[in-house]
Amino acid sequence: MTTLHWIDYAIMVLYFAFVLGIGAMLRRYVHTSEDFFLSGRSIPAWVTGLAFISANLGAQEVIGMGASGAKYGIATSHFYWVGAIPAMVFVGLFMMPFYYGSRARSVPEYLKLRFDEKTRGVNAVSFAVMTVFSSGISLYAMGKLLNLLLGWSFDASILVAGGIVLGYIFLGGLTSAIYNEVLQFFLIVFGFAPLVFLGLRDVGGWAGLSARLAGVATDNGFAAGAYTRSWAFMGHASANPVGVEWFGLVMGLGFVLSFGYWCTDFLVVQRAMAANSMTAARRTPLIAALPKMLFPFLVILPGMLALVVSSTAVRSTSVAAPTPAAAAAPAVASAAATTTVALSDPGAEPREGIVPPKLDPRTGEPLRDARGRVVLDYDLATPMMLVHFFPAGLLGLGLTALLASFMSGMAGNVTAFNTVWTYDLYQSYIRRGAPDSHYLAMGRFATVFGVAVSIAAAYVAASFNNIMDFLQLVFAFVNAPLFATFALGMFWPRATGHGAFSGLVSGILAAAVHHGISLPAGAHVGVKGGYLGVVTTYPSELAQTFWTAIAAWVTCFVVTIVVSLLTRPRPAEQLHGLVYGLTPQPTDDVKRWYERPGPLALIVLTLTVALNLIFF
Amino acid sequence: MGIDLRMPLGALFGVLGLLLTLYGAATRGQPGTEPTGVPIDLIWGVVLFAFGLWMLLLARRARQAPKV
Repeated sequence: MTTLHWIDYAIMVLYFAFVLGIGAMLRRYVHTSEDFFLSGRSIPAWVTGLAFISANLGAQEVIGMGASGAKYGIATSHFYWVGAIPAMVFVGLFMMPFYYGSRARSVPEYLKLRFDEKTRGVNAVSFAVMTVFSSGISLYAMGKLLNLLLGWSFDASILVAGGIVLGYIFLGGLTSAIYNEVLQFFLIVFGFAPLVFLGLRDVGGWAGLSARLAGVATDNGFAAGAYTRSWAFMGHASANPVGVEWFGLVMGLGFVLSFGYWCTDFLVVQRAMAANSMTAARRTPLIAALPKMLFPFLVILPGMLALVVSSTAVRSTSVAAPTPAAAAAPAVASAAATTTVALSDPGAEPREGIVPPKLDPRTGEPLRDARGRVVLDYDLATPMMLVHFFPAGLLGLGLTALLASFMSGMAGNVTAFNTVWTYDLYQSYIRRGAPDSHYLAMGRFATVFGVAVSIAAAYVAASFNNIMDFLQLVFAFVNAPLFATFALGMFWPRATGHGAFSGLVSGILAAAVHHGISLPAGAHVGVKGGYLGVVTTYPSELAQTFWTAIAAWVTCFVVTIVVSLLTRPRPAEQLHGLVYGLTPQPTDDVKRWYERPGPLALIVLTLTVALNLIFF
Repeated sequence: MGIDLRMPLGALFGVLGLLLTLYGAATRGQPGTEPTGVPIDLIWGVVLFAFGLWMLLLARRARQAPKV
């Protein structure tokens, strides 16, 4: 277990004080519900832009992308350069005029304006449930990690983190969440940049990393460049560690999942809606895309490095046994040694790695795969890098950055939840026509309620791991078809409310059915799929996820069109400001050419193509 | 809205940078403080401090600029 020095604690305490201080300072600016939920639409574009990515920078990102980096190598960058940037450009250029211009206060409210009440209802209810459970899952992951890494109490960790997030949102509303997200953004950048520097220095730069990972690749039965080239081996699913071929990747991840998330998820769109002008709202995702495209170097590289850095050169002794379960302790203590054995191959480049093995929760012994090799606990790749490379002081900064990432993700969920709850559910179905102060008070209450449910969900996750797997599966079904509904709603005036609703429902069903008749290779029938009888198998879980999304999207798209054509459309004059072609083109209010959304989008896309080519 | 975000941003990183720089300078060369052989606390402390100052400077300039 890693012990912290006073300086590490001082850094954490200082950060928490600032976070709460910002909430306290902003409190006096919150007078109306619009101030609380939409920051009074008064935030400059650079702030909403950084908050836009920071709200998405939850635990899944920092820990998960590090884990994927260790598992898949540089191909993980597809989650950015294919699976994020194009969708971010699209939402900024083409969809923001409708979100911001319609004066809808939330994404479900846009659906109500464009389609009808039932379509909004489905989206609002599923979204509200999803946000509180997502933040619960994130809290659980944080509590578990801090316990394992530092021996902190699980209960205390999640109560303190939940309490701090509650404190600053309760006081300052969305503005407070956004300001803190920007703080968190810089903290994560400054906390992880030295990790990448020290890690690369240890392995001899990118060339050294490539050479060492070549050995890992051949050990795992891939070509030597499989971990360091993002596209070269995407021709066939079996040729790359991701287990996906290019078409499933581009359509499933790059189109359906990515556009479904970045273009319709209120968690991120809410940040842009808080911007102080239409141009600022459109620039928000474009400004966000610039740092976003560089994030692979910050969050994926540490995972790749963790596979191959020398485990003895630095102070590996301090990464000793965590204490949570007595049984787990001895096995993790010997993690470095076991990993070395698992990965070493005489004659190849020297490499060791610091990713510990995954332990069997019952026996405390490392798990082994079908070929008898130790299965690594990839989720610990990035945290292990932190404790491995950082001395006291910087370790405090790195851990604070990690905490910040958990908190920004949670705050994003909580602010999106309190808005959808108050405007789309409470004001629409429970109490209409109350004075604004009533809804402001309800927003504060919903914040407390949202955090409380998150904490409860964290405990549920701790006791029934499968329930969370199951819930995440359901969320995936609900989200997969969404982009078809929005795209048709925004760009096809003929789409009707009945069409949208039946499209959404059949898209969700299609996702469930496709998942039920398919199974990833090596998985057992159950939460991984196949519960309706295994008709087809996929080379990997990701491939199955991507194809499930494609099935859901196509079904929703087709059903929406067919039902729309059979039902009566709304008159065109009711669709002004809601549909492309019936809405005046937005004008830009910025002076310099590169600040305009169009040229900015072109710059972003050019740089993204360049990055794809460099790591091809 | 109300507060220029660059103020708290500058203040936080200014103080963090100062803390890290001083700690790095005070523990320089002591066993266990530079596991990679690089005085990283000192170097990174200076970087953070400079970033904090820059943010404060930008906020100050914006405040002094005549309102259009």
